[in-house]
Amino acid sequence: MKKKMIFSEFFRNNGVIMGSALMGLVGFWLIFLVILPQLSMLDYSFRFNLPPADVGTAKDVYTLSNYEHLLYGSDKTHATFNTVDLMVFVRTIIAAIMVTLFNIVLCYPLAYFLGQSKGSGLARLLVVLLIIPYWINEILRAFALRIIFGDSGLLNETLMLLHLTKEPIDFIRQDIALYAGLGYAYILLMLFPMYNVIESLDRNQIEAARDMGASWTRIHRRIVIPHAKPGIVSGATMVFMLSAGALAAPQILGGPSSLWFTQLVYQWFNDSLNWQQGAAYAIVLLISTILIVLTVMRIFKVNMGDIGK
Amino acid sequence: MSSGVAVDLENVWIKFGDFVAVREANVNINGGDFFSFLGPSGCGKTTILRAVSGFLEPSDGRVLIGGNNMAGIGPNKRPTALIFQNLALFPLMKIWENISFSMEVAGASAKERRKRADELLDMIALEGQGDKLPSELSGGQKQRVAIARALCANPDVLLLDEPLSALDLKLRQHMRTELREIQQRVGITFIYITHDQGEALTMSDNVAVMKAGVIDQIDNGHEIYDRPATPFVASFVGENNVFRGKISQISGSEAVISSNRSGELRAQITPSQVGKMNVGDDAMMFVRPEALALGESDPASKTTVSAKVLNEEFEGASFSVFLEGDGGKQIKMAMPNLGQKLEGHTGETLSVHYDANNAVVMPAGELASE
Repeated sequence: MKKKMIFSEFFRNNGVIMGSALMGLVGFWLIFLVILPQLSMLDYSFRFNLPPADVGTAKDVYTLSNYEHLLYGSDKTHATFNTVDLMVFVRTIIAAIMVTLFNIVLCYPLAYFLGQSKGSGLARLLVVLLIIPYWINEILRAFALRIIFGDSGLLNETLMLLHLTKEPIDFIRQDIALYAGLGYAYILLMLFPMYNVIESLDRNQIEAARDMGASWTRIHRRIVIPHAKPGIVSGATMVFMLSAGALAAPQILGGPSSLWFTQLVYQWFNDSLNWQQGAAYAIVLLISTILIVLTVMRIFKVNMGDIGK
Repeated sequence: MSSGVAVDLENVWIKFGDFVAVREANVNINGGDFFSFLGPSGCGKTTILRAVSGFLEPSDGRVLIGGNNMAGIGPNKRPTALIFQNLALFPLMKIWENISFSMEVAGASAKERRKRADELLDMIALEGQGDKLPSELSGGQKQRVAIARALCANPDVLLLDEPLSALDLKLRQHMRTELREIQQRVGITFIYITHDQGEALTMSDNVAVMKAGVIDQIDNGHEIYDRPATPFVASFVGENNVFRGKISQISGSEAVISSNRSGELRAQITPSQVGKMNVGDDAMMFVRPEALALGESDPASKTTVSAKVLNEEFEGASFSVFLEGDGGKQIKMAMPNLGQKLEGHTGETLSVHYDANNAVVMPAGELASE
């Protein structure tokens, strides 16, 4: 009933033609760009990788074998686990969580500074300076970081010049470059939601708390962070989801021995041409990350609606 | 409860770059007083409050609370509590948590805090509302919560920054009485910032009237109203009729001005100017609308004015008659409605007189803009 009223109002405001056009576009987006691709991936993940001739024949039946492969590998007896892939999965999730936490810690002071210096010239200039590097392609940025972190890169050269280290540090093999790259890739998605909520905080509340004797840590703990919580969770969700699903940064910045779970998915699709297996891996990643996000939101008592604000 | 702590401003200047927000403020506020800073917006009164609360340091001069110099002492260490214009209640905390926030800061247990919050809720007649959120309360209730929150820390001085300005008229009038009662009950010093002269006069023991960073007059409400020290105070506080002219005669505290339009008029020299004015000085004389009454024209008395009636208004409790005045200003006369008929009619000339004790004269100066 309520839905109907929203729609009739929508048509009244936009006219029937414009209204239907808008609804049609939204519907197209939802159905063709979101729902159908995901459903086809889901469908793929439950099928065997058959030669084209067999697709649609009696052999083309649903199976859990793709999911079993992630758990047990090619061991048909299910006696041993597929530790290689599972370890990659666990490591990816943990690393994505660490990247997210790192971004929260890094962005909070910056967002607080920007949000509380309300539209001053310096703050605006800072925001622009933060955005400009993101006009460059993600892959180029990753390569730039690779050069900076390389054996004879800017960072190592500087460290050696300052005599802080004798030998170049292998940032790439130690995955430092990877984590830095992932952190940097999505940092703005953390910064801006935080900045927005902190900007909406009434300065008087901070002053009132200070007037009542509160220390800076208490002001942040009791006033600023509770207020900024939806922004923090919203930023954290995006950074976590995108880091866990990142491909370019791990591909370019990852050490030779470290795999990101998305690289496994990519290999299944691209190198092994086994889309069914790749789809199963992708679905596992998608559902796990969604479950983690929902759990975190429940723990921190944030609603989906708050994030959308 | 403390018996109130004195607050003194000694030669305080506050500058923001080249802009002087407060110029040479010298104020002595007695302990336990209800003291108001009254002035139009932008006159520097909030700046003074921020200097007392510690959110900003004076560029020059000293702020003393209870005789102690407050220089270098932050707002969280001063014995003051500030009530903000928009109240600044914490929207995500329950009412009782809001009220007892200062105790939380001091490390009191939840049980103690709840107990104290409930006591304060009783005092502000909001018993049992402690578990609500600020958004669930009405404007007047939030107002009272803000007061309770400020009082919870047992401050020596309570600072109020136009806290009633967001309320509607009825509630504002009610809260005036209530604030005054609370102040008398707790006995601490209240410093109140307002642009509403009604608030300042009804609640305060003493009022400082400010204009563009300068304190023009500090006195009790009666004196401010009856013996304004400057044309600004005379025209800003309440309604007043101005007569411009030159001093033609002085005898003691009384002077006669030869006004531009209404002939010779007699009035008392404002106390701070007695002995300082000379014959021939540009002067302004002020008479309140309620000090005027209908009367025969009697130029010899030097207390009558004849002017054309421009307009009449009926305001329920009183009539207002507007006469053609000096320099584009109207002369307003207010008469209580006692069932009589208005005597003047638009266009006719009417004579009014006043008692010279109710008129005040002072050197000419800037009037408050309307």
